[in-house]
Amino acid sequence: MKWTQEFRDGSLAQGLAEALAAEADPDRRYAFMEFCGGHTHALYEHGLLDLLPGNLRMVHGPGCPVCVLPIGRLEQAIDLAKRPGVTLCAYGDVLRVPASKGRSLQSARAEGAEVRMITSALEAVALARQQPEREVVLFAIGFETTTPPTALAVEQAAGEGLANFSVLCNHVLTPAAMRRILAGTEGAGTREVAIDGLVGPGHVSTVIGTQPYETFARDFGCPVAVAGFEPLDLLQAILMLLRQVNAGRAAVELQYGRAVRPEGNRTALDLMARVFALRDRFEWRGLGEVPQSALTLAEAYAGFDAERRFDLPEAQVQDNPACICGDVLRGAADPPDCKLFASACTPDRPLGSCMVSPEGACAAHYAYRRFDARREAAAP
Amino acid sequence: MCLAVPGLIVAKSGDTGTVSFDGVRQDCSLALVPEAEAGDYVIVHVGFALSRLDPDEAERTLALLREAAGETGAGARP
Repeated sequence: MKWTQEFRDGSLAQGLAEALAAEADPDRRYAFMEFCGGHTHALYEHGLLDLLPGNLRMVHGPGCPVCVLPIGRLEQAIDLAKRPGVTLCAYGDVLRVPASKGRSLQSARAEGAEVRMITSALEAVALARQQPEREVVLFAIGFETTTPPTALAVEQAAGEGLANFSVLCNHVLTPAAMRRILAGTEGAGTREVAIDGLVGPGHVSTVIGTQPYETFARDFGCPVAVAGFEPLDLLQAILMLLRQVNAGRAAVELQYGRAVRPEGNRTALDLMARVFALRDRFEWRGLGEVPQSALTLAEAYAGFDAERRFDLPEAQVQDNPACICGDVLRGAADPPDCKLFASACTPDRPLGSCMVSPEGACAAHYAYRRFDARREAAAP
Repeated sequence: MCLAVPGLIVAKSGDTGTVSFDGVRQDCSLALVPEAEAGDYVIVHVGFALSRLDPDEAERTLALLREAAGETGAGARP
């Protein structure tokens, strides 16, 4: 068992596609949202969208932390990185995200700012240990998968008494964003996104379990299937949702049982509860202000909070007016609906955040399907 | 960002494990999965194992997959 090849079998995928085609009710339409950007990427990469019945549409969700980070928060990180004596540590996918005036963490580094790309939060702690004369700041972004590592880094720094380590915390919470999408976003001009089912994020769920999704089945009548990331995982989860819809049921089902326990990871959840506190509200790109949707450091660890240690103005920065990343993130628009898509905005020179991370819906569409529309237009 | 990959723990020392990803070895933190031991497969994300993989559950999922795909069991295919 290698844990991946078994779940990539082509003939089984064909069988699942046939089951989907046979069981899809031709008299109705299905719209399922895959919340997680990793799922979006897998759907495109493996060509799964072509295996789905014509009346079943996948709506791409906001589960891409780089994409939902408001530009204002990124500006804070860039400003911090440019201060003398500060080393800013960040995961690689955030370095290229465009802020205002063409700035990014990458361009700040080119101008001499000390920006370090890390692959583990503990590398930032190690750097703080090695460079006691510098202020080492971890630019922490991500959902519940990336949060426990940040918590562990903070506890370790506290244990070692590393006074020069701090965290610029932008960790966000999956269930709050799901609730916002199902409850609808406020604001004029937003197209209502009708979702018949949710493909739940498998790796987030290894931490939080399946219980937090129960409210979506119970209170919103929305079926949920927590899925793995291989092609058969996704097809099976979609079939589970389709069967629930056809039967008029709404429940939380677990497709990714090999990695997810219904109760989640107790060690990780306890750690998060010790180190973090809930923010009253947080701005999400595309979703606007979402109540109780993000974390900050708990009082006990306030000394490690970069927002308290440094005077960081909260900048409100508008997106490029032509960019529709906000609509794409809510599932209200598809990437080719954007005038900038594949013209002014490409993965090499992204204007919007959805084009930056490979998990962003625009980057995935660009990589795998950007010629589709032309092909359809050329068809007789 | 939530990209996580399965790997095999080949050695464990305290909270740290040497994890093999199809032969590529890397040190990862096992602090979040204290129950994991050498010989276990874990899901690793940004240098941290998040979950121990359960072979029985994997077999159960594969059996359900085969059933849904119209195959009657493991013996149905040549």
